[in-house]
Amino acid sequence: MALLDVCGAPRGQREDWAFPHAGSRQRSDPGHYSFSLRSPELALPLGMQPTEFFRSLGGNGERNIQIEMAHGTTTLAFKFQHGLIVAVDSRASAGNYIGTLTVNKVIEMNPYLLGTMSGCAADCQYWERLLAKECRLYYLRNGERISVSAASKLLSNMMCQYRGMGLSMGSMICGWDKKGPGLYYVDADGTRLSGNMFSTGSGCSHAYGVMDTGYRPDLSIEEACDLGRRAIVHATHRDSYSGGVVNMYHVKEDGWLKVESTDVSDLMYQYREASQ
Amino acid sequence: MASQYDRAITVFSPDGHLLQVEYAQEAVKKGSTVVGIRGADIVVLGVEKKSVAKLQDERIVRKICALDDHVCMAFAGLTADARVVINRARVECQSHKLTVEDPVTVEYITRFIATLKQKYTQSNGRRPFGISALIVGFDNDGIPRLYQTDPSGTYHAWKANAIGRSAKTVREFLEKNYTEDAIANDSEAIKLAIRALLEVVQSGGKNIELAIIGRKQPLKMFSAKEIELQVNETGKKKEEAKKKKSKKTA
Repeated sequence: MALLDVCGAPRGQREDWAFPHAGSRQRSDPGHYSFSLRSPELALPLGMQPTEFFRSLGGNGERNIQIEMAHGTTTLAFKFQHGLIVAVDSRASAGNYIGTLTVNKVIEMNPYLLGTMSGCAADCQYWERLLAKECRLYYLRNGERISVSAASKLLSNMMCQYRGMGLSMGSMICGWDKKGPGLYYVDADGTRLSGNMFSTGSGCSHAYGVMDTGYRPDLSIEEACDLGRRAIVHATHRDSYSGGVVNMYHVKEDGWLKVESTDVSDLMYQYREASQ
Repeated sequence: MASQYDRAITVFSPDGHLLQVEYAQEAVKKGSTVVGIRGADIVVLGVEKKSVAKLQDERIVRKICALDDHVCMAFAGLTADARVVINRARVECQSHKLTVEDPVTVEYITRFIATLKQKYTQSNGRRPFGISALIVGFDNDGIPRLYQTDPSGTYHAWKANAIGRSAKTVREFLEKNYTEDAIANDSEAIKLAIRALLEVVQSGGKNIELAIIGRKQPLKMFSAKEIELQVNETGKKKEEAKKKKSKKTA
C-alpha cells in the first residue's frame, strides 16, 4: 500500500490485508535481476505459466494458432592462427515474410567481446545486452576485463534458469582474453560448448559444408575471410530464411575489427562468374 | 509475529563512531598474535598458539586455514566468528571457480570477506564479526600478496603486518627489520617471521605455528620439528651477531 509506505508503518509485522497482492512485493522487477547471486529468483509476470502457454498455442490446443519459433539465420565463427573470424547474415524473417534485410546479428559487447544471435530476435537481443551489462560491471568491480569463458558461463546460467520456458537463442560468444582467442557456443537449453568452429541457425548445415571443405588452422587472414564469406553466401543461397548482407568481424589480440558488410547477391554473381 | 529484526545494533555515536565496530576491534586485540610477511617468492604466516588445557587435544585448533589451493588466511579474535567467515570464503572461492572458470585472485576474496564484514555492520539485529584476518597467497600472475581485513570491513595490502595481542610491538619490530635483504630468499623471510613472533611469544618454538605458500605451490604447514629447527637457527644467528658486536667493541 503506497499510503502505508509514505506515512511509515508502525513497528512489527504488517497485517495481511495490507498486502492484497501478497507475492508481488517479493518478486524483483527484471531491471534488478541478480542472476541468483543472492537468492534463487525468477522474473516472471504474475500468473504466468510459460510451459502451459506454449502448449496451448500448439496444434493440440483448443486454439488453432501455431506459433512457430523461427530460427531463420546463418551465423558462423571459427578460430585460426590469426584469431577468430565471425560472419553472420542479416535477414529477419517472420514465417514466410521477410521482415528486414538489415538486422545486425552481432552484438559488440566490448572492444574484445562479440556475441552472435540466432533464433528469436527479441530473446537474443535482450539477453545479450544484459550480458554486456554484466561484463561491464565485472570490469568495473575487478579492474580487468572478463574472460570469454566467464562471459559465456554467465549467459548459459541465465539460459539454464529459464530452461523449458520457451526461450529460443543460439549464440556464439567470441573474444580474445588473457588465455588467447576464445569461442563458445551457448544455447537456450543451457548448452555451453567450447570449440574451434561453430555455425548456428537454419542455414548452418550449408555453412558447415563449405567451412569443413576449406578450413585449415594455418589460413591467412585473407583466406579465412574468404572462407567465412563463401560459407555465408552459399548458405543464404540455399536457405530461404537467410540472406541480406554478410557482416564479418575479425577478432585479434588487440580487439575485434569489422571487416566488411557485403551484399550476398553481389558475391554470388562474383562466384558464378569466377567459376565460368 | 515479527519474522525479521527491525532494530539496528550498530548505530552511530554522537561523535561519529560506530562503537560496536570499535568494541569488535578490542575483541581482536585480545586474540593471540598473528604475523604475516610477503617475501619475494614466498608468503609466510606465523601464529602464536594459545596454551591449551592438559587434557585438550591441541591438534584440532587451527588458526591458519586454506581458503583454496593458492590462498590461505589466519585470524585474530573470536574463533567462532572466524569459522563462519572462513566457511563463506571457501564457498565463494569454489563458486567463483564454477562461474568464471578461474581461481579467485587474493584481492577478490579479500574484497568478498571485507564486504561480508561490512554487511554485518549495517544489518538489523546483527553485530559485527569480531575478527581481523591476514589473507595471503599468489595470483595467477605469480605476484605474492598479503591483505589485512578488520571488523569494520576495510582492507589494505601490506608488505608485512601483525594482528592480535601485542600487534603493535611486532609491527614496530617489522618496520625496523623488514628490508630487501631480510626477504631476499625464502628461508630469510621465514626467519624474519619467527623473530617477529619471538618478540612477544613467551616460551619459544613450542608455541608457534607456521605456514608458507610458494609460487605455484600449495599451503605448507610446518611441523613442530621444523619449527624447532628454524627457531634454533634463528637463535644461532642472534648469538653470532652478538659475538660479532662484542668482538668489535672489545
